[in-house]
Amino acid sequence: MASPPNAESRPKGGSPWGLALRRLRRNRIALGSLGLFVLIVAFALAAPLWADRVAHTGPNATHTLERITIDGERRDVVSPDGTPIGPVWLGAGGRFFLGADGRLGRDEMVRLMYGGRTSLFVSLVAALITTLLAVSLGLLAGYFRGPTDAVISRLLDVIWAFPVLLLGIALGTALAVGGLQIGPLSLSSGSIWIPILIIGFVYTPYMARPIRGEVLVLREKEFVEAAVAQGAGALRVMLGELLPNLWSTIIVFFTLNIANNMLLESALSFLGAGVQPPNSSWGTMISTGIGLIYSAPLLTIIPGTMILLTVLSLNVFGDGLRDALDPRSRVRLEAHAGSFEPEEKSA
Amino acid sequence: MARFAARRLLGMLLVLFAVTVIVFLIFNVIPSSDPAARIAGQRGATDPQLIANINREWGFDESLPVQYGRMMMKVFGGDLISYTTRQGVDEQIWEGVPATFSLCIGAAVIWLSLGVLFGYLSAVRAGGLTDRALTILALVGISMPVFWLAAIFLYYLTFKVELFPSGGYVPLTQNPLDWAYHLVLPWLTLAVIFVGFYSRVLRSNMLDAMNEDYVRTARAKGLSDRQVRTRHVLRNSLIPIVTLFGLDFGVAIGGGAILTESIFNLQGVGQYAAEAIANLDLPPIMAVTMFAAFFIVLFNALVDIAYAWLDPRIRLEGPAR
Repeated sequence: MASPPNAESRPKGGSPWGLALRRLRRNRIALGSLGLFVLIVAFALAAPLWADRVAHTGPNATHTLERITIDGERRDVVSPDGTPIGPVWLGAGGRFFLGADGRLGRDEMVRLMYGGRTSLFVSLVAALITTLLAVSLGLLAGYFRGPTDAVISRLLDVIWAFPVLLLGIALGTALAVGGLQIGPLSLSSGSIWIPILIIGFVYTPYMARPIRGEVLVLREKEFVEAAVAQGAGALRVMLGELLPNLWSTIIVFFTLNIANNMLLESALSFLGAGVQPPNSSWGTMISTGIGLIYSAPLLTIIPGTMILLTVLSLNVFGDGLRDALDPRSRVRLEAHAGSFEPEEKSA
Repeated sequence: MARFAARRLLGMLLVLFAVTVIVFLIFNVIPSSDPAARIAGQRGATDPQLIANINREWGFDESLPVQYGRMMMKVFGGDLISYTTRQGVDEQIWEGVPATFSLCIGAAVIWLSLGVLFGYLSAVRAGGLTDRALTILALVGISMPVFWLAAIFLYYLTFKVELFPSGGYVPLTQNPLDWAYHLVLPWLTLAVIFVGFYSRVLRSNMLDAMNEDYVRTARAKGLSDRQVRTRHVLRNSLIPIVTLFGLDFGVAIGGGAILTESIFNLQGVGQYAAEAIANLDLPPIMAVTMFAAFFIVLFNALVDIAYAWLDPRIRLEGPAR
């Protein structure tokens, strides 16, 4: 395996990973953010529990004409003028904890939890797709250089020319009408996999480029030469020698990428080009809520705050991770725009 | 210099061509449904005659290169019409341009000035209380969904306290004061993300620059701390900010502006696109995507050339990116 060249002369303190872990443990703010993120994930995972045991309803069940008893008083879930009931907390035994979501009278709390599942799932899986694509393309381009690199790099350049949100919108609307069919893979137009694939795809250049840059530097190192001299083929050099040296970059990018994905998902869903109704995601919830901004502002503010907290926790944790893994690292992912600091400025 | 500009412009033309191909692929090849039904959007479902017309107009039964040619002629010849509103797409986009640019240029002024100010303060007081407070603010700003901030502004500053108008666009030529008054909240909304990001970038650039030799030289020749910071450190640290700005201005137009305009009801290109999405009306989205990408590619090329003119090193090393 690829052990670093001067294993004996390493200062006491264990492996690079051990060192990074220790640095991370000293960073209380980063740990706190990780804790917050774990809480949010737990909140979303608890959705079915809350729905079955406490709220006794589903995320898409409508209660337009129902009335509930709050502290002995009967009230409409949706008043005749269309205004939904506000947060009743535990007044109705946990039903409509955060009120109803609009004319349809769906339980806001239940939708918030299920919406969190959708948003987190989309962001996470899309980040996995981006990482897989970006690492493969970055390795191929950086290792083979020449024409392979030229083709891959130009392709990434072209995708880069589109603003991320607009490219997502274009793909989202084009696929929202008719769905997608590539070979055996067939997705209907309302499928959650459409936004996942789109988001995974549009962020690929932003991760593939710095990885390619890093591979270009790494492949000139002695350990690669040594591996080649021992008869290692291209695949073994890429996966066995180069990939292990990329992990710290990949982990940092992956974390920050989840945060970006969440913002993109919410923006796409907000505009109607992402997660399709009746599925709830934090973005679609805001999209419903904004129409009632003056009568029921919490319908917008609460899901928005969930997005803010999730993205913030991931950004802060990602920052801490980067500091821990490589204090001198310069790559940095911009939250919304997706462009990087000018690369290799000092490298 | 002329050679650099020529090379950069040639590269730009290639990218522009590739952009049109990608847009063509997205709207005509990748989706599996009937392309005519897709372009007709929601109206198509009830109107078989419309589908037949579109099929003939766009040549969907012909080969892909022919289809590509027809699409380009439509987009750039001004013949593209929306099938829900029946209006010419290119005209609608032109009508939206003043509002969109008013929004983005104003926001850019805010984010550049605040970003530089906060970044500078942060770097000067690195590690101190100001720095920490600004860092937290910057991180919150970066993590904030645009429409969430817009919603908060709308509720608290136009409804609870009626400080600002809740939206609408007043042309600059009609009444400059009203123009600015209507745009204050949208400007702030759009600028916040970038303020956070720019101040962070500037901070780290300045901290790096403070260890450079030229800073030591400047100190050695007797400049005060303040002079060193503003005339040497800040000036050199601003260079990457200019590059970033070249990229981000386009990003704001094709990203945050769409969300900001649709919430504040500014009749710009972004709101036009947002309405088209709501109706699944593809021709406007197609045109907006293409024009935005064109604008960004063009703008980047110009920034690169201006940059090479300012800094000869870039010319010699090849295109900066």
